[in-house]
Amino acid sequence: MTAVSGPITRRRLRSSGSIAVTRVLGALGKYASLIAFSLVLLLPIVVIVFASLKTAREYATTSPLAPPQNWFNFANFGTAWVGGGMLRGFANTALILSVSLVITILLGTMTAYALHRFNFRFKNVVFALFLIATLVPSVTTQVATYQIVNGLGLVDTYPGAILLFSGTDIVSVFIFIQFMQSIPKSLDEAAMLDGASRWGVYWRIILPLLQPAIATVIIIKGIAIYNEFYIPLLYLPSAEHNVISTALFKFIGPFSASQQIIAAGVIIVIIPTLVIFLALQRFIYNGITRGATK
Amino acid sequence: MSEITGDAATGVQFDKVLSPTSARLRRRRWLRGPNGELRVTPLLFMAVPLVLLITLTYYPVANLFWYSFTDWDGIALGKNFIGLKNYVSLFTNPQYFQVFTVSLYYFVASFVQMALALYFATILSFSTRFRNLFKGIIFFPYLLNGVAIGLMFLFFFRPGGTLDATLAGLGFGPASSHPLWLGNPSWVNISMAGASVWRYTGLNFVLFLGAIQSIPDEIYEAADLDGANSWHKFRFIIVPGIKRIISLLFILAIAGSLSVFELPYIMTGGANGSSTFVITTVQQAFVFQRVGFASGMAVILLIVVLLVTFVQRRLVPDDDVALS
Repeated sequence: MTAVSGPITRRRLRSSGSIAVTRVLGALGKYASLIAFSLVLLLPIVVIVFASLKTAREYATTSPLAPPQNWFNFANFGTAWVGGGMLRGFANTALILSVSLVITILLGTMTAYALHRFNFRFKNVVFALFLIATLVPSVTTQVATYQIVNGLGLVDTYPGAILLFSGTDIVSVFIFIQFMQSIPKSLDEAAMLDGASRWGVYWRIILPLLQPAIATVIIIKGIAIYNEFYIPLLYLPSAEHNVISTALFKFIGPFSASQQIIAAGVIIVIIPTLVIFLALQRFIYNGITRGATK
Repeated sequence: MSEITGDAATGVQFDKVLSPTSARLRRRRWLRGPNGELRVTPLLFMAVPLVLLITLTYYPVANLFWYSFTDWDGIALGKNFIGLKNYVSLFTNPQYFQVFTVSLYYFVASFVQMALALYFATILSFSTRFRNLFKGIIFFPYLLNGVAIGLMFLFFFRPGGTLDATLAGLGFGPASSHPLWLGNPSWVNISMAGASVWRYTGLNFVLFLGAIQSIPDEIYEAADLDGANSWHKFRFIIVPGIKRIISLLFILAIAGSLSVFELPYIMTGGANGSSTFVITTVQQAFVFQRVGFASGMAVILLIVVLLVTFVQRRLVPDDDVALS
């Protein structure tokens, strides 16, 4: 550092003691804000955990902030599981989820393959079509889409919902294209020189190499479908087609007098999300950032 | 042109196929591209997705425009053309216009989200203990099921519930002296917007974190050598680097504040003045059978989103600040 006069030098001339104090205060402030915010975020969840473990009487008489007396009182969970039809909810969700994911991945990778590895006259048009479609707010277009699905006789059927989940997902295509950019085209060409057809290249080379992208899409889209409430509400109204979201939603009427049972239902729905999150954190973070920077 | 006329071993004659006047050659050029494959191959790969895209996205959007100029109820066989009546009604009838004021609450909430997210992303980008723990806690709410969150906050805001108990514990008086967080029309939107901030800050946070951490370390080191403190680093390195993410989040904020549906629908069903643009749209279409009117609302939302995106692309083009 040369002898520069002025504000910078003046700052550097503070005693080492006061610099240390500033550092400590800064660090304290930093951690204090982090802890405060974490508490705010965790409070609603923790309170629900407490409530789910309380008996009806305990719930009515204690403050929401008070922990339950018996941490192993799982009675509410039993009632919620059976009375709320959660088994059927999870089963339906699992079915719709798995089929939708398979279709999404097949269609998405094929589209990405066609868009990235080929050059054809209307390529830019098609690309633009996909790009613009991501802007369309699907929430409100359902007003018209419902008419179409209804016309096809697919309302309140599994295929109807599956079609909607896999046919309108464009972000996955862009994630696949991003990944394909790191698969060298020379691999394709080598294979084709050896006599592989385009389909062969897709099936035997591209698809296996896209596994990380596929994993990412499975996780991100899987979570999205698990949490989806609007589409099942509109297109799977009957009780036998309940998915986990609509099943939990239907808790509100029958169980409104027993809030602790609703709390148990909420916890049951949250647990899979927590497990997946803890196990696959890195994938999830990666997927979110990729999807957003399309 | 005349190529080698044959392979000694097989006696194949090439020049017949390569003769410029051959009809077979012209057909081959039309069917097959430069590599010899069928021109239609890429379309085959994309056939199903394209059909779905058009059937489930573009065709409905076209229909939306059409329906919005009619008074269709979704069932009748005939649709009567009524011009711009639906649009006029939406903007002049206070009962409907209210949804725009409601969306303002969420719009403001988006800025609170962004500020919080940026603050914590910046803090956690530099050396902090337990970084992953805090990162996880902040992000986790975003992953939760909307219905679960709605029920959690019903619990949180009910009279005598979590919020009341906490405030009482902090010395703000007993539960009875607190307003009805969801029952009081003056408070309901603030409460909902608060729940929204709780839910979505994590997403903004992760995006900012990704952007900040993608700035190469050497730049930070160079800044350190030049004597920059944290504030300088923030202002001159981080802010330019995250311009793109901020503009992206800005679009999402505008489109998002109009698109709010889940939380208010689950918690109050739109009652008490908490009805949002989309809740009203859905109710008009599926409960009150006014598909024409609802389509008009849907068109408005679409136009707003397209407009904002267009403006953003102009103001912050994709190939902007390059830091490395």
